[in-house]
Amino acid sequence: MRNPLADKVVEIKPSGIRKFFDIVSEMKDAISLGVGEPDFDTPWHIRDEGIYSLEKGRTFYTSNSGLKELKEEICHYTKRKQGVTYDPDHEVLVTVGGSEAIDIGLRAMLNPGEEVLIPQPSYVSYEPCTVLAGGVPVIIELKGENEFRLTAQELEDAITDKTKVLILPFPNNPTGAIMERKDLEEIAEVIRRHDLFVISDEIYAELTYKEKHVSIVEIEGMQERTILINGFSKAFAMTGWRLGYACGPKEIVEQMTKIHQFAIMCAPTTSQYAAVEALRNGDDDVQEMRMAYNQRRRYLMNAFREMGLECFEPFGAFYVFPCIKEFGMTSEEFANRFLEEEKVAVVPGTAFGNCGEGYLRISYAYSLDNLKIAIGKLAAFVERLRTAK
Amino acid sequence: MREELLAIVERNSRIDLKELAVILGVEEIDVVNELAALEAEGIICGYHTMIDWEKTSIEKVSALIEVRVTPQRGQGFDKIAERIYKYPEVNSVYLISGGYDLLVTLEGKSLKQISGFVSDKLSTLDSVLSTATHFILKKYKDHGTILTKKYEDTREKVTP
Repeated sequence: MRNPLADKVVEIKPSGIRKFFDIVSEMKDAISLGVGEPDFDTPWHIRDEGIYSLEKGRTFYTSNSGLKELKEEICHYTKRKQGVTYDPDHEVLVTVGGSEAIDIGLRAMLNPGEEVLIPQPSYVSYEPCTVLAGGVPVIIELKGENEFRLTAQELEDAITDKTKVLILPFPNNPTGAIMERKDLEEIAEVIRRHDLFVISDEIYAELTYKEKHVSIVEIEGMQERTILINGFSKAFAMTGWRLGYACGPKEIVEQMTKIHQFAIMCAPTTSQYAAVEALRNGDDDVQEMRMAYNQRRRYLMNAFREMGLECFEPFGAFYVFPCIKEFGMTSEEFANRFLEEEKVAVVPGTAFGNCGEGYLRISYAYSLDNLKIAIGKLAAFVERLRTAK
Repeated sequence: MREELLAIVERNSRIDLKELAVILGVEEIDVVNELAALEAEGIICGYHTMIDWEKTSIEKVSALIEVRVTPQRGQGFDKIAERIYKYPEVNSVYLISGGYDLLVTLEGKSLKQISGFVSDKLSTLDSVLSTATHFILKKYKDHGTILTKKYEDTREKVTP
């Protein structure tokens, strides 16, 4: 029998996080700080709307690009939050999570051999999706001393005559880094000068703890060259509903819709009805969750200070990214030993790119009580490593 | 900080002051001062403990009583409300809009004790026109806390 597989797919490395997941799931009593989704349940009024839509028998496909009602609400929301205007009929596509939008955005834009700039550490899917779309991933290694922001110089240095797309993953998973207006203005100048496009993954936009999140589309001349990706998973604690969306120039969204139409048909109908409710009446829930995350973030930063663990202060998402270089171990060694000896799971920074070496991702999508127990164990572990040295 | 502080201590009044300062991002002395001010202003009126008595072997019965009254000239409902809330077995007294006037919640050792209170004390008051007593059979949720179910983390242990 001949090889049934596509080389391109076989060559993709499985996600580093998967490996770790397998180890953790075998340990029954392990405490995990490794989760990348909110600990809150979806607010009840949103769930109720999903249930109601089922009761009413709304169990059919929606139009390919999504419910008109939802697309309109997405445009209102984007106007309200970012101050930019999109046309619900031509510039919005409702997708199966932000993940699908990343995938089809890349597929709609890339010709073979065109380069995609991917700042790392970042979410695990940008690189494989680029490869699957026929593009060439070019990694920009972000630095701890810049608080893992992307600088204009780093961007400039990575650009070649094949560069087409920049992925902009802020607020960032796993570092918690944000890009503020001045940071965005600086890179926008480079993007315009080199005539690049941007896929801006802003799934954590609602979770910032300094100023309100600024999107790249707010910067002059950027909306027409950006696909803005957002969704319901993080802001409204709706990960399992699998619902996201892309807003962008009509000519790109049209092509994305074509792929979506043939590969997916439409995003889940129940989720779309629930999402309308989320956008209409969910602001208070978001505010309440943001406040809780911020309290936990402050708690962790203080705990790291007390144990003398180096960590820049992250202002976004629900992750902190402490540095463990002082212990002379790789991130993976540290995470494995910590799991073995203290039964606490954290994710090695390298799961999000090689430049995550020397760092750990700790999620604070856990109650303060949980965090306290886990951090107590981290303090004990760190203390032990230091005395052993 | 006031609103956030109140939201936290309403849920957990036993929270350590140092921790409170950390999660609010302020100095401990500021928390101490703010709490003192809130107490002095009567905004924080007490620090209670939520107890699910059903899980103990101690017998407790609670009831909600709807009370219709005649308001008194010059004093409205306040005077009669005061007469009612002075009984120690009364937990709360609310003035209510709608079909009746006062909602009284009550805790006692037995059905008999509560019905005794209603028939001997409450309904014999001059301004009380009528009462309707509802005994509580089961508490599902109280003070924002679900009593019947424990939180369980059903998420996958590690996700990107």
